[in-house]
Amino acid sequence: MNALQGLDLTRQLILLLAALVLFSSFAMLAQSRLVGLVRVFAWQGVLLAVTTGLVAYASGHTHLYASAVLTFFLKGLLIPWILHRMVLRLGLESARESDAYRTPVQLAGAGLVVFSYYVALPVVQLSALFTRNTIAVSLAVVLLGMLLMISRHKAVSQVVGFMSIENGLFFAAVVATYGMPMVVELGVAFDVLVAAILFGVVFLQIRASIDTLDVDRLNRLSESEP
Amino acid sequence: MADHLTSWVLALVQTALFVAGAPLLAGWLKRVKCRLQNRRGPRLTQPYRDLLRLFRKELLLPEGSSWVFRAAPYVIFGAIVLAAAVVPLIALRLPTSAIADVIVLVGFFALARFFLALAGMDVGTAFGGMGASREMTVASLAEPALLMAVFTLAMSAGTTDLSVAIQRILSSGLVIRPSFVFALLGLLLVAVAETGRIPVDNPATHLELTMIHEAMVLEYSGRHLALMEWAAQIKFMIYAALIANIFLPWGIAVGFGFGALALGAAAVAVKLALLAALLAVSETLLAKMRLFAAPQFLGFAYLLCLLGMLSHVILEVGG
Repeated sequence: MNALQGLDLTRQLILLLAALVLFSSFAMLAQSRLVGLVRVFAWQGVLLAVTTGLVAYASGHTHLYASAVLTFFLKGLLIPWILHRMVLRLGLESARESDAYRTPVQLAGAGLVVFSYYVALPVVQLSALFTRNTIAVSLAVVLLGMLLMISRHKAVSQVVGFMSIENGLFFAAVVATYGMPMVVELGVAFDVLVAAILFGVVFLQIRASIDTLDVDRLNRLSESEP
Repeated sequence: MADHLTSWVLALVQTALFVAGAPLLAGWLKRVKCRLQNRRGPRLTQPYRDLLRLFRKELLLPEGSSWVFRAAPYVIFGAIVLAAAVVPLIALRLPTSAIADVIVLVGFFALARFFLALAGMDVGTAFGGMGASREMTVASLAEPALLMAVFTLAMSAGTTDLSVAIQRILSSGLVIRPSFVFALLGLLLVAVAETGRIPVDNPATHLELTMIHEAMVLEYSGRHLALMEWAAQIKFMIYAALIANIFLPWGIAVGFGFGALALGAAAVAVKLALLAALLAVSETLLAKMRLFAAPQFLGFAYLLCLLGMLSHVILEVGG
């Protein structure tokens, strides 16, 4: 209560949005339908873009506006649209991940948040930025993306988890150092875009060869094994 | 001394308002819901008439029921009224809320629930036992979430005393707290589950497969049933008042002047009416879910409350 009251409304809003970004990661863990997962991922991108815009406004770094716009179009619209189209094209509209271990995975996610808070604590004490408290959140988003990749079997979910890790890294860059240099940011953004397209090709290849997108099946050597 | 006396009288009046106002809130909720579903709703006073009718009806005790069955309605009603005394409705700093804090409030709910489950099992019918086991399943998942929301509030305000906590929130002005957003969402889900509303339980059904609360009070009649229903209505109002006054505390009376109290009463009436209307909308939009989906629903509520606590520690205190 005390630390928060010293901040103005914009900065309070940034903290709220950071919390919502974290929440969207948990929503991804809770989402079992692939279409829903992609939708939540799009929301995370939009939230990230709004947060970046607000940080730009509050800190006066104008180049962050450019990254906010880039994030909005790339991670809020384009990549989710590509993924969504891919899900439709592969005929996975009604596909669900199994519900087993849903609650334990979410609780493990909460544990990861505590862990990232513990890890980020020394960094937070060194930093003087007003966004320093959100460093732990960005680290948690990265770890939750990994957890999503580990706990899911479908290749599409794993790609969403991977993209979510990238979201977390971008968020960390914004809140810890007010963004990376523009060249790096552009490079990473287009890398992600290219990755999204490449993954599409890989999906088709996987499906053509083993007739499913369940990556557990990749471990098996021959068709005859059950 | 006179001030002391006034505050005690006010505390009694406030508790009486809870007891007297709860059927009105239930009636309002039902009316809004009926309007939303293109039906003509019953009058706002219908719950009072129902209670009166039940009080006049003959009391029938099932064969083989013990004293637990007979005592349970009074214990439950008493526990819920005591719980109502703890929650600030129109004024803060009343002596009753200083005696017991919010953890005691959760304890009162637990006591009422314990006796409700006992009464359900006492008769030995299949429905009673089934309802009791379902109620306990839901409760054992909802209570941790409720406590987590309570702890989030207590950590932000630095106290578990509801009245003091609300006063601190009020005095700090408009501050956007991420933790409160999560705690509010979590508490809304818990309130829906604990008061037996859609999508966890349907209060308007006697369909055997879906009922939880109704299954336990199935054997009750006459004034016992009236007390049970009334207690359920008061419990609903307690949750509504808690949510309204913790997260939107503006308007609540801090002093004991007539103007402040009138404003507090008006503000809380508007807040409760809006909250009930919101619930009516959500009940119209959502369908009841399977009983086995309830643990996931409550797990999500727990997660929200936990995130509230974590974001308080990470975002609001640190640095």
